[in-house]
Amino acid sequence: MNRAERRHLVSGAMIALTYIAAAIATLPLLFILFHLARAGAAALSLSFFTQMPTPVGEPGGGMANAIVGTLVLISIATAIGLPVGIGAGLYLAESTNVRAARVVRFLSDVLNGLPSIVVGIFAWEFLVRPVGHFSALAGGVALSAMMIPLVTRTTEEMLRTVPVSLREAALALGYPKWRTSISIALRTAAAGIATGALVALARVAGETAPLLFTAFGNQFWSVSLNEPIAALPLQIFSYAISPYDEWHAKAWAGALVLISMVLIISLVARVFTRSRFGGAVD
Amino acid sequence: MTTGELTADPPTDRRKMQIREIAIGDGIYRVVVAACALVIPALLVLVASALGRAAWPAFSRIGTSLVTSSNWDVSSGEFGAAPALYGTLVSSVVALIIAAPLALGVAIFLSEFAPRWLRQPIGFLVDLLAAIPSVVYGLWGIFVLLPVLRENVMPFLRDTLHLGATPFFSGPAYGPSMLAAGLILAIMALPYISSVAREVLLAVPRSQREAALALGATRWEMIRDAVVPYARSGIIGGVILGLGRALGETMAVTMVIGNRPEISASLFAPGYTMASLIANEFSEATNDMHLSALMAVGALLLSITLVVNAIARLLVYRVSLGSRA
Repeated sequence: MNRAERRHLVSGAMIALTYIAAAIATLPLLFILFHLARAGAAALSLSFFTQMPTPVGEPGGGMANAIVGTLVLISIATAIGLPVGIGAGLYLAESTNVRAARVVRFLSDVLNGLPSIVVGIFAWEFLVRPVGHFSALAGGVALSAMMIPLVTRTTEEMLRTVPVSLREAALALGYPKWRTSISIALRTAAAGIATGALVALARVAGETAPLLFTAFGNQFWSVSLNEPIAALPLQIFSYAISPYDEWHAKAWAGALVLISMVLIISLVARVFTRSRFGGAVD
Repeated sequence: MTTGELTADPPTDRRKMQIREIAIGDGIYRVVVAACALVIPALLVLVASALGRAAWPAFSRIGTSLVTSSNWDVSSGEFGAAPALYGTLVSSVVALIIAAPLALGVAIFLSEFAPRWLRQPIGFLVDLLAAIPSVVYGLWGIFVLLPVLRENVMPFLRDTLHLGATPFFSGPAYGPSMLAAGLILAIMALPYISSVAREVLLAVPRSQREAALALGATRWEMIRDAVVPYARSGIIGGVILGLGRALGETMAVTMVIGNRPEISASLFAPGYTMASLIANEFSEATNDMHLSALMAVGALLLSITLVVNAIARLLVYRVSLGSRA
């Protein structure tokens, strides 16, 4: 075998290795989805969505309170995180003070990497300790802290895709700057920003650690913002580490519901982007 | 045509009013968006100061034995979190050893070699790995991964491959272990590393590739000698970003690591991490010093991840911003 042949052989082998790497990387996902579908579907029934948790040994029962609790928590997180994130994104995309924008951008990326458990104890120190009790509000705020940097960065990226000529046209027609930003730039980038918001939503919907010491979980029905509230991830966690097979089955069912919520949100986000940008944006 | 027509009339009062309104509107808008942007640094400062303040009593009493002592005994007021620190570092390093080469392979595959029809679906599946909630990874870890490790993988590594002779793969195979935590973390860190690596690889100019091919390089030699070196700091940044994720990961690790505060060289032995220490004990903290010690562990974890993330971002910026400019 001569040198050239050997080099081409090595090249082919390395390319084959990257194929194998891609195959190995996608396997865990398929395994997880497969087990979720199998074990989750076996334990899932209509009553899972409509009934409250039951003690061990009692048949039936569901996670109605946890499903509603998760919806309440992500609503609070979105109500705070979305406007602040979009505002910060507008600032980053339009800022004339380049250095300040660069610092904020950097810090928002750093904030994005904050461990979720740290966000949890921070929210406890800030919102639970002074009040003296766990609350849905504290949980929602903790989640919003995780959402803000995500929304900020996608909003900025999407605003940067808006052509400058569009802004200039609006300004030339006598639009004030603020109206140009809101009704021209923001509206043009709306689909992309919605995608970013949905991705952020999907991510915080599954967070558990920030809720451990804030929303805390609740075996009873509660939608009060001022009281502990149940959440799907918390319920899955406590059922999964319990010693009862029955609860393990419920944990799988809960995980299937949670992952379906997350995947549906992600898929909607995907479709949004594709219809708008022809799949060009990830 | 005369140009004299262009001389403007003096602004009317109405026009002056309009101009003032615009100025006020713009001013309000600027203040509002700047305030939103200010939330981000403010949050970081708040987190750091709140944790620092809450951790201070423990820091001042325990001092460095927080990280040097292995004795964590609440009743006697001993708070040595060395096993948790060790477990956090080791599980994350194990995760990176597994995930980094795989993620780089995936990124090269997706950016260079994948046929068009495979690129989108594979990229989507790998991205989905990042969307799976941590607690679901933990659930899968407990009921699927741990049994497989205990029955098949651990005996295979120890006995069939005779790795039991080394300290790293010896001892009984329980299942919950540092190895399990490392594996779960590897799966979780992989999508982060590969998406950053893919991005920086795509940012490498075409001319770089064409030049290598024109010089007679094979496709692999082009990647190895012309593309990867160009994107190197970004790829390293991506790996460090994955490290940041792994260091702070809580739920999945807590569920599979075994939560035993001991330092053992064997990856088969159960371990502990800082995040799981907090998750397990925080809501049952018995006294103020216990709480403060847990806050101190949180502050330590925060500082480590802040430094790691800052380094990672700066490395990634160097590549991706450099190519944009």
